[in-house]
Amino acid sequence: MKTKPAKRIALWIALIVAALFSGLPIVWLLSSSFKSNANIFAVPPKLIDESFSFTAYQEVLSDPIKLRFFVNSYAIAGIVVVITLVIALLAAYSFSRFDFPGKKIINAIIISVQAMPPITLLIPYLVLVVQLRIYDSYLALILTYIVFTLPYAILMLTGYLNTLPKELDEAVLIDGGSRFKALWKILVPSCIPSLVSVGLYTFIQCWNEYLYALTLTKSNEFRTIPIGIASLMGQYAFEWNQIMAMSILGSLPVIIIALFFQKYFISGMTAGAVKI
Amino acid sequence: MQLKNYNHDHPAVTRLYRNFRPYGYLSPVMLLMVALLFIPIILVIGYSFFDNVLINSNPKWVGLQNYITVLTDPVFLKSMKNTAVFVVCNVVFHLIIGMALALMVNAKSLRPAPKAFFRVVYLLPWMFNATVIAILWKLLLNPNGIVNYLLVNAHIITEKISWLSDRTIVLGVLTFINIWAGYPFYMISILAGLQGISSNLYEAAAIDGARPVQQFFHITLPQLKPILISIAMLDFIWTTQNFSLIWLLTAGGPSHATEMMSTYVYTTAFMEYQYAQASAAAVIILLACMILAIFYVRNQTRTD
Repeated sequence: MKTKPAKRIALWIALIVAALFSGLPIVWLLSSSFKSNANIFAVPPKLIDESFSFTAYQEVLSDPIKLRFFVNSYAIAGIVVVITLVIALLAAYSFSRFDFPGKKIINAIIISVQAMPPITLLIPYLVLVVQLRIYDSYLALILTYIVFTLPYAILMLTGYLNTLPKELDEAVLIDGGSRFKALWKILVPSCIPSLVSVGLYTFIQCWNEYLYALTLTKSNEFRTIPIGIASLMGQYAFEWNQIMAMSILGSLPVIIIALFFQKYFISGMTAGAVKI
Repeated sequence: MQLKNYNHDHPAVTRLYRNFRPYGYLSPVMLLMVALLFIPIILVIGYSFFDNVLINSNPKWVGLQNYITVLTDPVFLKSMKNTAVFVVCNVVFHLIIGMALALMVNAKSLRPAPKAFFRVVYLLPWMFNATVIAILWKLLLNPNGIVNYLLVNAHIITEKISWLSDRTIVLGVLTFINIWAGYPFYMISILAGLQGISSNLYEAAAIDGARPVQQFFHITLPQLKPILISIAMLDFIWTTQNFSLIWLLTAGGPSHATEMMSTYVYTTAFMEYQYAQASAAAVIILLACMILAIFYVRNQTRTD
């Protein structure tokens, strides 16, 4: 079927207008990160001006306090990914391979946790974290993040395990192997793609989190990138170029995941909306 | 299950072991859920019934007093109204923009290379978190920023606008920014849905002489309905809870023009130290989200 030229032109105009809508702000973000702070609001605005340099990036990357934010974000997100995958896999195995009283209700609770407002839990979390003496530590963020990463991970992995035939693990059991062996040796290798999707999604969730990082930590030693970026908006001076450079650096992991692991990124990001 | 477990000889032991095994695998999750979900929820509900909790060493039981205070506080009522406007506008525009872009990218006349290119470009806002988006739009919308420069030079406006501090427009500006930030989720989910619709349906409709518009309303929309309902519900719930973007852009100001239920809780608890009142407001948000969650859970677990 041939499309009429007028229709094709209309489609292309719409595609380009929409691309400007979504892309231009990002182009400006990138452009500002290469300018000197004095030239940020220069008139007329130029995409690349005479102050073009990597100075802002050098300044961010040579500041130990800012580097510490990156280390913290990687450490916290990495630990949460590992814990989430292990716990979610065990739970998903149970949901996928057994029928037991209470299964439906536990499943419903796990789905509804996705609707849990983080702000509601913030006050009791702060109290618990202070009482447990883990205020301003990795542990405070790791424990609270897991609550919000687990439900999605469990639902995704259960859905995937359900697509694998039960005969796979039963073969191991008949040979006298344990269920752990069936899970570890047979099921885990065959669900690597969905483990990657869930892992990446979990990583991004932690990497982007702002509210708990703001409230449950206070020293630069334990704060993450979102807080680091926001704290650059000082009371006195805005180092716009550094803020933008740090924003780009802080978004790199997600950009890399989105561009190079697009398949996993998209299946991870959209599966939540697909029926289970 | 017919399988015999060889590790346990006695039938009663085997049965007991087998009956508890699924709970064994679930125990880490259940433990975490009790410790980090049920207990905190009970705590926050508890706080909401006491007077001056956490500050006072002997808090008094005050019944529903905190709820009455919150629900008669004009600021909270305003925050409810703002949240409702913000959420409804976001869901509607996300749906329209997401659908339009998905259909455009999915157009048959588009070759694979431009298709892949535009898909990535349209995904761009999604690769940046709320902090970066807030700061980026602060830069763009700065009175001396690029948006004002372009609009003044195009003679659309005569003088520079303070987008984020003008009470009359700021809620609309925040809504716009959040629409920009959130439509990729819809686009990509709808795109996945579109690719799942059998082309036979369209061919049959074309043979029957159905125009593209009719095909959209009679095939595409009904086929996408389950996905659309799921994403709209999730968006509804998540936008109701939005905190970071609002907090970083305006912190609920100027003079509560962008106050949301979430920023109200945060300000009341951590700026004014009224923990009991904040807890009551937090429980109201919880109730609202749980009502939405009931519909979501029903939708997700329904077997057709």
